[in-house]
Amino acid sequence: MSARHKLGGYRKMSELLKKEREIVIPGEILAQGMDFLPGENTYRENDNIYAKALGLVYVSGRVIKITSLSGPYVPMVGDRIIGKVIDITMTGWRIDTGTAYSGLLNVKDATTRFIKKGEDLSKIIAIGDYVIVMITQVTSQRLIDLAMREPGLKKITGGRIMKINSHKVPRIIGKQASMVNLLREKTGCEITVGQNGLVWVRGTPEGELKAEGAIKRIEERSHESGLTESMDAFLGGK
Amino acid sequence: MTYSKRLDERKNDELRPMDAKAGVIPNADGSAYFRAGKTTAYVAVYGPRELFPKFKQDPKKGLLRCHYAMMPFSGSGERIRPGTSRRAQEISMVMEQALLPVIDLSEFPNSVVDVFVQLPQTDAGTRCAAISAAAIALADAGIPMKDMISSVAVGQVDGTIVADLSYGEESYPAVVSDIPVAMTHNTKQITLLQMDGEISKEDLVKALDAAKSATEKVYDVQMKALKSKFSVENKK
Repeated sequence: MSARHKLGGYRKMSELLKKEREIVIPGEILAQGMDFLPGENTYRENDNIYAKALGLVYVSGRVIKITSLSGPYVPMVGDRIIGKVIDITMTGWRIDTGTAYSGLLNVKDATTRFIKKGEDLSKIIAIGDYVIVMITQVTSQRLIDLAMREPGLKKITGGRIMKINSHKVPRIIGKQASMVNLLREKTGCEITVGQNGLVWVRGTPEGELKAEGAIKRIEERSHESGLTESMDAFLGGK
Repeated sequence: MTYSKRLDERKNDELRPMDAKAGVIPNADGSAYFRAGKTTAYVAVYGPRELFPKFKQDPKKGLLRCHYAMMPFSGSGERIRPGTSRRAQEISMVMEQALLPVIDLSEFPNSVVDVFVQLPQTDAGTRCAAISAAAIALADAGIPMKDMISSVAVGQVDGTIVADLSYGEESYPAVVSDIPVAMTHNTKQITLLQMDGEISKEDLVKALDAAKSATEKVYDVQMKALKSKFSVENKK
């Protein structure tokens, strides 16, 4: 018996139909044949792998995936996000995460301080406050648990909040936080970027304005290469 | 008397000049503009977002909600009363049903994706333009979709099979039929099929066959609109 028979008869050659980083729209065929595996935002039907979202094609080994260019923020465990307190419950706070689903911040995950039974929670965090929190759990029904007991996680006071496209967050942060560190250094502001696309900037009024302008500029030019260098020049020497 | 030459001198299988653009409404999560001849549609997509009233929430999947509206001045002189009408409600419903087979909202339980359509100018084929535009806007909004939906009307005017009827043809003084069709791109599954008027069985088969190549032309315009939005962003 030949090797071909052992493989199950005549098998069609697998072929990749799209180039790396090519833009595809939903329903486009990415590859033919069983040698490729469908990754994120793709699906297999019979021999073909199809795109399930608008985005850029990435191939790593046998896996084909699509990095979407738009769309909602998907809450992930471990993400640090900025949220707004929308309600106070018996045991904690309800936080708007900027998605279709709100998160719950339990009292015991919010502070190390002892809280007496029946204490007024709005004295600690009030409705309308913004908080920097971490996602600790997401269920299949998109119930979100939040925590605020790690360094850097806190209730926000002062400064300003701005909203950007959550898909552009990695560019605002940069490689090894190079971009956000550059912004901090050049504007003298404290900057926190939430994975859900909310950014908190606090500093002098001039510094805040400068940082806000710079962040908007990065969002617009997120596709450019060498962005950190050009932002360095944009923000000037000081 | 046969209908041998079309009113606007198109070939029988020729569509009206089409034009499309993605991302025309910055405030929306996704948006699109689609024009076929004198019919223009603007679509804005919002969501997935929290669904109210709460009793409509489905814990298994997100809901798609379409809202179709013709603008008061859009028709041929008659003022269209703003707000919903029996006709607008029907078209909103068939739009949802035409788009749902390709849209996967299982990742967004209890949420809603809102699709708002406004037609500033109409000259027949509004539901087709609305569906074609909505498919672009949903893709632009990053909603998971298994395929694209393209829509166009086919039909018969006095015994001649034609594609993409204009209002003049729909109201031609003879036996006319107008069949709006929406199809998926890869599998050519029909997701919208309605009819106004009369047609013979043989002609219906021929017309639906013509719809395959006609929706393909719409698909090309949709694809170009989506790709050019993001490739401009890539080059800029």
